[in-house]
Amino acid sequence: MQLPRWFRRRRVGFGSRPVTWQGWLLTVLAVGGAIGVLAGMRGSSSRFPIAIVILVAYAIVARLAGGAEAEAPEPAAPIEVREDERIPPRARPAPRVERRAPSGPPALVVEHLTKRFGDRVAVDDVSFTIAGGEVFGFLGPNGAGKTTTVRTLGTLVAPTSGSAVVAGIPLEPGNGVAIRQRIAIMPEAPGLYLRLTVAENLEFFAGLYGVQNMHERIGEALDSVNLGARANDPCGSLSKGLRQRVGLARALLNDPAIVFLDEPTSGLDPVATREVHELIDRLRERGVTVFLTTHRLEEAERLCDRVAILNTSLRSIGRPDELRDRLFTKTLIVRTRAPLPAPEQLLTGVPGVDSWSSNRDGVYELAVSDAAVAAPAVARALVGAGSDILSLGEERHSLEEVYLELIDDDVEARR
Amino acid sequence: MSRERIVAVVRKEVREFRRNRFVVVTMGVLPVVFLITPMLTIFRIPDSASGTQVKAAVGTISLLMLIVPIVLPPVIAAYSVVGEREQGTLEPVLTTPVRASELLLGKAIAAFMPSIGIAYAIYGIVLVAVRFGAAHVVRSVIFHPPEMLAQLLFAPLLALWAIWVGIGISTRASDVRVAQQLATVASLPLLGFTSLITFQVIKPSVPLAIGLALALLVADGILWRIVSRIFDRERLVTGASAVRRSA
Repeated sequence: MQLPRWFRRRRVGFGSRPVTWQGWLLTVLAVGGAIGVLAGMRGSSSRFPIAIVILVAYAIVARLAGGAEAEAPEPAAPIEVREDERIPPRARPAPRVERRAPSGPPALVVEHLTKRFGDRVAVDDVSFTIAGGEVFGFLGPNGAGKTTTVRTLGTLVAPTSGSAVVAGIPLEPGNGVAIRQRIAIMPEAPGLYLRLTVAENLEFFAGLYGVQNMHERIGEALDSVNLGARANDPCGSLSKGLRQRVGLARALLNDPAIVFLDEPTSGLDPVATREVHELIDRLRERGVTVFLTTHRLEEAERLCDRVAILNTSLRSIGRPDELRDRLFTKTLIVRTRAPLPAPEQLLTGVPGVDSWSSNRDGVYELAVSDAAVAAPAVARALVGAGSDILSLGEERHSLEEVYLELIDDDVEARR
Repeated sequence: MSRERIVAVVRKEVREFRRNRFVVVTMGVLPVVFLITPMLTIFRIPDSASGTQVKAAVGTISLLMLIVPIVLPPVIAAYSVVGEREQGTLEPVLTTPVRASELLLGKAIAAFMPSIGIAYAIYGIVLVAVRFGAAHVVRSVIFHPPEMLAQLLFAPLLALWAIWVGIGISTRASDVRVAQQLATVASLPLLGFTSLITFQVIKPSVPLAIGLALALLVADGILWRIVSRIFDRERLVTGASAVRRSA
């Protein structure tokens, strides 16, 4: 039995479901029963049994309503895989996007930022500048101060010393609201209200940001993370990956100038991770500055224009290839069919080759100052000497090697 | 102060209450208890009862009426900040432009509305029941204007007081259960105050009721400001107090 539609629209009590006839009957019976008991006590003893019957009915209906409530699904792990969760057929992973270096006015300027918690230094004298539209990677081990830096720039935490300009607004106590209006922060855990639906979560945050055309904006944000079809699902019923996407949709609501993403792919499967990467690429295309903290070095290398490596203090900053050049000598690897009879004589003096070594027969590592100059010269020298070249190429150091080199230095220094 | 942000907080809180079984049960069961007990007392009083007996009984009833807005809101208010912190939803909220005073006012309004709605509903039902079923001597005492004014004015103001104390405790507590227990204990002095009025140790008159209500109103405003000031974003996010005050 259902109440008329206009009546059912008023929702009370048990969850998001419309109020049932039991709910209304409960109220009527409670009041009626109580008045009946009292009226019976006032002298009309014949009404007393009627009141008792009403109260018993109340108890039964309450039990029924309670049972209905008990059957309501609790926030739980997802059961079904919907269309938007299925793995799209792709032959190969998304390639690294080639892009121009961002220019224009800086979105973020940080100067000598320091944050202490009592005696513990969380962030020590950190300075950097991020251009508008740049995707900036912030790398570092656990406890390096990445999250503290994000919280400080997001006005959640007050700096101990130093200064910053966030989205053109100085980081000062009176500017907290203005700064938070211009940025969005997605913490590592998306922090959604699990009893509310996806749309209700976003409505709440859109209200806090004062978003105009709220429902249109929510629709756009959900579409951008492919969650339009799940708008009315309780967040408690979503998988971790989908919750992360809701968190990302929330970060897009206020059309921020800077988006801080704190470990956005932490704990996500490869498909969900790729979707987050694609979203970050789309943000870049829209000119949004992205501040990405991550442990995933291949993620930083693929997505970021520049990266900073932090371990309480800033260890290095630059484009990934710049960091490689800074830390590692450029090396050419040459493989020949047979070991060279007189490598010392052949390789020493070749233009661009600084030194050489060989650990295996027919494999030579040449330290060079400029690979573009040295490689053709080496090839000519080897061919001139009658050697068969199997391969000749520049050794590429990964960002991981750069990272480990820097962090290992810190570990060594602390011993 | 942004009305839009406050409304957003209120709407979200109310939605969450409605889907929280603990809140729904608390809001549903307590009023029934507080409705039946006074009515049993009222309807037992015969017409021949002495004035002292009637006043004592009505005092008990009035006290029960005022207990609802004192006892019910702190349970919700004490959860409001520390509960969000525990479930990890507080940090995302604090990254938005919402001010502490707006967030807390929204939470207070959301806790206040159902509490005061229930308190007035119970009082209304009692009045109707007394009007049509209670002895004449009871009617004359219950429908005494200063008494009614005190009930109507003090219920919301005492509720607000209890809510601000509950939220204040919630901003400083590290555990929901501790916060709720402390908030309940902190609301006990209010019961002492209401007892003095309902048992007519302080005899309610219209000027006194209005005067006390104004004093409570000012105290509620001061409490709001104090609680907003002790709301420390940094401590709530990191567990460590801010050395320099954040915006």
